[in-house]
Amino acid sequence: MLCSPGDTSRTPRHLISAADLTRDDAVLILDTAEEMARVADRPIKKLPTLRGRTVVNLFFEDSTRTRISFEAAAKRLSADVINFSAKGSSVSKGESLKDTALTLEAMGADAVVIRHGSSGAPYRLATSGWIDGAVVNAGDGTHEHPTQALLDAFTIRRRLVGADAGLGKDLEGRRVTIVGDVLHSRVARSNVHLLTTLGAEVTLVAPPTLVPVGVEGWPCEVSYSLDEVLPASDAVMMLRVQRERMNAAYFPTEREYSRRYGLDGLRMAKMPEHAVVMHPGPMNRGMEITAEVADSGRCTAVEQVANGVSIRMAVLYLLLGGSETALPSAAARTEENK
Amino acid sequence: MSKILIRGAKILGGEPADVLIDGETIARVSTGIEAGDATVIEAEGRVLLPGLVDLHTHLREPGREDSETVLTGTRAAAAGGFTAVHAMANTFPVADTAGVVEQVWRLGRESGYCDVQPVGAVTVGLEGKQLAELGAMHDSAAGVKVFSDDGKCVDDAVIMRRALEYVKAFDGVVAQHAQEPRLTEGAQMNEGVVSAELGLGGWPAVAEESIIARDVLLAAHVGSRVHICHLSTAGSVEIVRWAKSKGWNVTAEVTPHHLLLTDELVRSYDPVYKVNPPLRTEADVMALREALADGTIDCVATDHAPHPHEDKDCEWAAAAMGMVGLETALSVVQHTMVDTGLIDWAGVADRMSVRPAAIGRLGGHGRPVSAGEPANLTLVDPSYRGAVDPAGFASRSRNTPYKGRELPGRVTHTFLRGRATVVDGKLA
Ligand SMILES: [Zn+2]
Repeated sequence: MLCSPGDTSRTPRHLISAADLTRDDAVLILDTAEEMARVADRPIKKLPTLRGRTVVNLFFEDSTRTRISFEAAAKRLSADVINFSAKGSSVSKGESLKDTALTLEAMGADAVVIRHGSSGAPYRLATSGWIDGAVVNAGDGTHEHPTQALLDAFTIRRRLVGADAGLGKDLEGRRVTIVGDVLHSRVARSNVHLLTTLGAEVTLVAPPTLVPVGVEGWPCEVSYSLDEVLPASDAVMMLRVQRERMNAAYFPTEREYSRRYGLDGLRMAKMPEHAVVMHPGPMNRGMEITAEVADSGRCTAVEQVANGVSIRMAVLYLLLGGSETALPSAAARTEENK
Repeated sequence: MSKILIRGAKILGGEPADVLIDGETIARVSTGIEAGDATVIEAEGRVLLPGLVDLHTHLREPGREDSETVLTGTRAAAAGGFTAVHAMANTFPVADTAGVVEQVWRLGRESGYCDVQPVGAVTVGLEGKQLAELGAMHDSAAGVKVFSDDGKCVDDAVIMRRALEYVKAFDGVVAQHAQEPRLTEGAQMNEGVVSAELGLGGWPAVAEESIIARDVLLAAHVGSRVHICHLSTAGSVEIVRWAKSKGWNVTAEVTPHHLLLTDELVRSYDPVYKVNPPLRTEADVMALREALADGTIDCVATDHAPHPHEDKDCEWAAAAMGMVGLETALSVVQHTMVDTGLIDWAGVADRMSVRPAAIGRLGGHGRPVSAGEPANLTLVDPSYRGAVDPAGFASRSRNTPYKGRELPGRVTHTFLRGRATVVDGKLA
């Protein structure tokens, strides 16, 4: 009974959703990121790979961390980088996305890294025919943030399997727990897809108000009790909790939230020896994570930032310069969803 | 005025007969009528219905003439087989005074394509706070009987109660857009498996159902009649069914798109599927079809909501809600209800003409196809198959979800009081 969505005969390669990646795609990206990580150890941290190519960072929503990460990645590959911040300009109507896209098309952008407050905006950019270049989703609304999931997977593989030892390997059998505001988290959505594709078992832990209706369709477990899940976790990913969620009655008080769902030293002690604590940053210390945990050797937050550059280098490299088969097209996603 | 002989059409899908139109009325219905000086329309294999009536149309004039005007909207209505439409009040200015409803009514008369019956706003400015001058709108030349803040829900229980009570004085009805506002803050699509996956704000079924439950209770309490706009969930159907079983004066409508499309389509992030209320699940679609077939839902209403291209050619969150529907309504109903065997053509006449005319108290419409009745008629070729081409729409807007989709049936002729507004599928 379904209509087919729009014309997708033009099929540039994009990275819109972690769900589009096969296990082999994802492993290839992680392996490529390992190679890229070695560049960071050289005195001259630059490869000539993308010389003459233009990457546009199109940010409709503030995120200095993510923008700088993509910018560093593109520059280490010798691409020309244009930063376009649509935040705060006269952009208020939706058609600006299209107008901006047409401008970028005219400028010959080879890749557009887009961060947007609306779920689906990168997908729309990639499929509406407004531009020809590759589209990389750098976070869209409450939908997805695939490069964040890739860097998280990369971080887990490095810690639990090893850097060189991990090459070619996935996360088969690893147990990852994602804690906090799953409802509004694009990081959680992307991670559920990617980590399960890589063979991990994912458990979401949150108060019932912050678990999406319809989560039963996701390939993961859901628990309301952090204490029950911790002893069986190889990695615990703490999500940032927005303080305004309290005002919208998602939970009674900050104090109650951190008591039930925050990670402190006592709780960390319930985790297995080898287990790591992750956070996409920026952290609300005292809310979802205590300073004691954040500053401990088990917390990977700082590594995650460094790994983010390697992952984004790998993604840009594979989309613009590398293997033809590395990343799927948006069209493939459309086909799957028919 | 001239005479027209429609020869051999199946009246309400029944036995073929000839229908002679003389001036504004049907003169004879019989077999073997001599043509004489009448213009003859050979209508073998076609179905003749009373002119369709829409309880829920957005004509956008005054204020958003870039989307639609009364003239373009009534031309679209005629093309879709309609002879009367109710024009919703959410215009600029809002149709909350006698002056605005008279203006819209007069523009409809001047258009000559379709009767336009304005719907009056329930509250001033659709703000839900103060009752609009319902009596003045009723007493105006427009003779308003249907009141609605459509686009917004009358969510204050006291205001809703008072409106229901007040319109009893002139046999009016309050048509509710059931959407609990707090439960739908930031909502972008149906809340469920697909919204969870797409990360779009969820619009729970209970936001519609809780308001309907409250309003049927209020209507029963004050002994008034309430009409529920665009039912979209299986739960809403159950509540209306229960209210009717109690003998309460409740009527309800469903849009063609809620009889066909599901929230799975939103996976495309194509704003053409963004509509209020949102597209629901397949189970909801099936429940709505069944309810329309068994009469729990009284009628089909298009919720024709025209928007200019730029309001849809953007990302999902920024896009306007709504889709055009007048020109595809009959095809979608044939596809979902007739071709599936759920209702026959007499049922279509009932759900798309007789009952909506009765709810809106439109005397000259929804009448039997028999001698002496006003010649408001629609002639349909049910064997037609073709892809929907929005480029050919009479509506000023093209925001249809059916572009390129093959749908059955075509309106070949529409007659408004004996005058052909559509001839051989083209506007006259
Ligand atoms: Zn409405």
